Amino acid sequence: MSNLVEVRNLRVNAKTDSGRTVEIIRNVSFDIAEGEIVALIGESGSGKTTIALTLMGYTRSGCRIVEGSVKLAGQEISALPERKRASKRGTEVSYVPQSAAASFNPAHRIMDQVIEVTKIHHLMPIEQAREKAVELFRGLALPDPDTIGDRYPHQVSGGQLQRLSAAMALIGDPKLVIFDEPTTALDVTTQVEVLRAFKSVMKKGAIAGVYVSHDLAVVAQIADRIIVLKNGEIQEVGLTTDIVQRPQHPYTRELLDAFEPAPRVPIAGGRNEPEAPLLVVKDIVAGYGKIGNARMPSLRVINKVSFELPRGKNLGIIGESGCGKSTLARVIAGILPAAQGQILFEGKPLDPDLRKRSRNELREIQIVFQSADTALNPAKSIADILARPLIFYHGIGGKQLEARVDHLLDMVRLPRALRYRRPGELSGGQKQRINLARALAADAKLILCDEITSALDTVVGAAIIELLKELQRELSLSYLFISHDLSTVRAICDEVAVMYAGEKIEQLNPDAMGGEASHPYSRLLFASVPKLDTGWLDSLEQDPALLQAYSRR
Amino acid sequence: MTMTLSLPKPQKTRLPRFGYRFPLVGVISFLIIVAWILVAIFAPFIAPHPVGDIVDFDFFGPMTAEFPLGTDYLGRDMLSRILLGARYTVGISLAAVCLACLCGITLGMTAAVIGGWFDTVLSRTLDALTSIPSKILALVIVAAVGSSIPILIVTLAIIYTPGCYRIARALAVNINTMDYVTVARARGEGLGYLIRSEILPGIIGPVLADFGLRFVFIVLLLSSMSFLGLGVQPPFADWGALVKENIGGLSFAAPAVIFPSIAIASLTISVNLLIDNLPQKIRDRSES
Repeated sequence: MSNLVEVRNLRVNAKTDSGRTVEIIRNVSFDIAEGEIVALIGESGSGKTTIALTLMGYTRSGCRIVEGSVKLAGQEISALPERKRASKRGTEVSYVPQSAAASFNPAHRIMDQVIEVTKIHHLMPIEQAREKAVELFRGLALPDPDTIGDRYPHQVSGGQLQRLSAAMALIGDPKLVIFDEPTTALDVTTQVEVLRAFKSVMKKGAIAGVYVSHDLAVVAQIADRIIVLKNGEIQEVGLTTDIVQRPQHPYTRELLDAFEPAPRVPIAGGRNEPEAPLLVVKDIVAGYGKIGNARMPSLRVINKVSFELPRGKNLGIIGESGCGKSTLARVIAGILPAAQGQILFEGKPLDPDLRKRSRNELREIQIVFQSADTALNPAKSIADILARPLIFYHGIGGKQLEARVDHLLDMVRLPRALRYRRPGELSGGQKQRINLARALAADAKLILCDEITSALDTVVGAAIIELLKELQRELSLSYLFISHDLSTVRAICDEVAVMYAGEKIEQLNPDAMGGEASHPYSRLLFASVPKLDTGWLDSLEQDPALLQAYSRR
Repeated sequence: MTMTLSLPKPQKTRLPRFGYRFPLVGVISFLIIVAWILVAIFAPFIAPHPVGDIVDFDFFGPMTAEFPLGTDYLGRDMLSRILLGARYTVGISLAAVCLACLCGITLGMTAAVIGGWFDTVLSRTLDALTSIPSKILALVIVAAVGSSIPILIVTLAIIYTPGCYRIARALAVNINTMDYVTVARARGEGLGYLIRSEILPGIIGPVLADFGLRFVFIVLLLSSMSFLGLGVQPPFADWGALVKENIGGLSFAAPAVIFPSIAIASLTISVNLLIDNLPQKIRDRSES
């Protein structure tokens, strides 16, 4: 049996700016047969993208293949001169990046960018290339395949752009396509369409693929085999069904467990008597732009949203990107003052604008942002970041301050020695813990969690969820948990509100999700979450009329 | 308050690693600048001759043991005049650039954080100031109020504040949209904390580079003003004035006109090279 790709004993090293060598890939060997889709799965930093890039004979700057061989269709690609390698890229092996939006040039029409590969390699005349591109658009189930190429990248949606970048990769008839987390940035409803399109095109052309992802459920739908990676080493290789159903390696089991976090057990206690809810939001209207007549902003993002959050309970808010869920958190925190409506905290009305709220009111509601990279000042040490709310709200200093910072680090289960580091020197999960610790430093009663696990790996994210639950038990906090990921919401929330296009569609118990959700959009949303079952995508049936109705494209 | 006595854990608490890499060019430039600053401070002690005295009967004298850099158009010792001129050139320029950057950066960050009409009014006002050519503005101000050292400093600072403001504001606007600034704002922090602790550390690198560049511009503008006779007044002279006084010696190949020019060049080029080659902090990210 001839293998399209043969990787043997691959080692990749990188040099840090202090001149130290780091091993990124250690002794990796695997094969890919013709027409087979192999998934590389692992947490960030496990080397999955680095391996995928070596298949094109490419290493990121600073990295170097030190040992081993990468054979593509019988040819040793790492030994070829750069010019020969470049001639293979696009014709024999091609690449679909994670962020299609960042890899299209906004100044050129889509068609010109898609057929650029054929121009560079002189594959076919332009007219023929255009026809072929339209054919691919049709195969990828894009709307208006004949004319979509005449648009500019900003005129199509994210899911469409991702499919268009697949068309760009496929136009040179490659034998191998590398997908680098192509659906990670997409909403679940869009992800389903994109995955389906990828799958059918790959099957039809019998093209081999490498699918890089951290999401086991997505990979289970599309891959024939799965390679599990950790720290640049292969942990387990197996057929998709075997890996999903009978994982052998403990790390694979850990990944699978993280996929289904333990559902939340409501805190048992005698606090069942009805008490005033902690947070009440009544008919909130908010948006951007000039506030015009009747106190309406010109672009309305949130339209008459109301909910109640009882003390010690958690409310999840889910919806796809652009539905206004993050804006809602900003409105409650007062960062974006609401145009209309009322926010009551512990029965007292809060001013819509945070500048008019008292310091104590500000202290009780803390917001934790999605991206810990931008939420922590890179120029400050961890100790300074954590000390500031302590000084600001509680006015403590000296020895006591040091002790409190240590205590906070203990609370989020981080070693105390991290206090001297800068945010750039921490891992993603550690940064998110610091981000959380800063909110805890204020002794908040309510923490607004804005997609706090979305940028993290499943295992790390699951650990953060566990931490949140633990902290809730110890400190009787309440969370407003905003996410597009239903399984994490299910793991932590007592109630879930579904939002669509700035409106709250319904509020339900998380156990009811997937079951008797009353609203058709909720049903669509819940059904679109990938399941750890290889046949899920094929058996999924979606009402096209419903999809049409709830896709703002 | 519970009494928790936390014993120091046996695990070694690692101190932060500070490693700096010093580029050679940066070190050399730094030494030249330090040398000029020392000269500016100690000029009266090291100058061989009084600055205003005619010590040689020959004008535009050559380089001799007595007058290492020759003499000027009146027969005054050139070395002494350059050493004392450093005081004016370095001192006035440094004061002016500090003033300009202080005002410009503070206003720029404030405008970025406050935004709205405050930002608009301030930006347009300073844009209007930029639209006046700097030399003409300097000439007008100095001609109107008369030339004295404080006037010179303030004039130069006014001319270079808008540029500083523009750069600081542009950088601060980017930082201002970062989540950590939003977090600080949501915490209820005041304007002072926001600009000092959250925004300034993020823009300090480019701003320092701009500081150096602006210093160079100011040295050059001061020199050209002195060249036009509106800078430091005789018998004292900064380097620009020295070039102007002795321009007639150019045809005699007199050292009197070359050396002030070299002094200006050495200072400005050193500052420029220093800011391009600041010590780099090495922090190894991936080390756990």
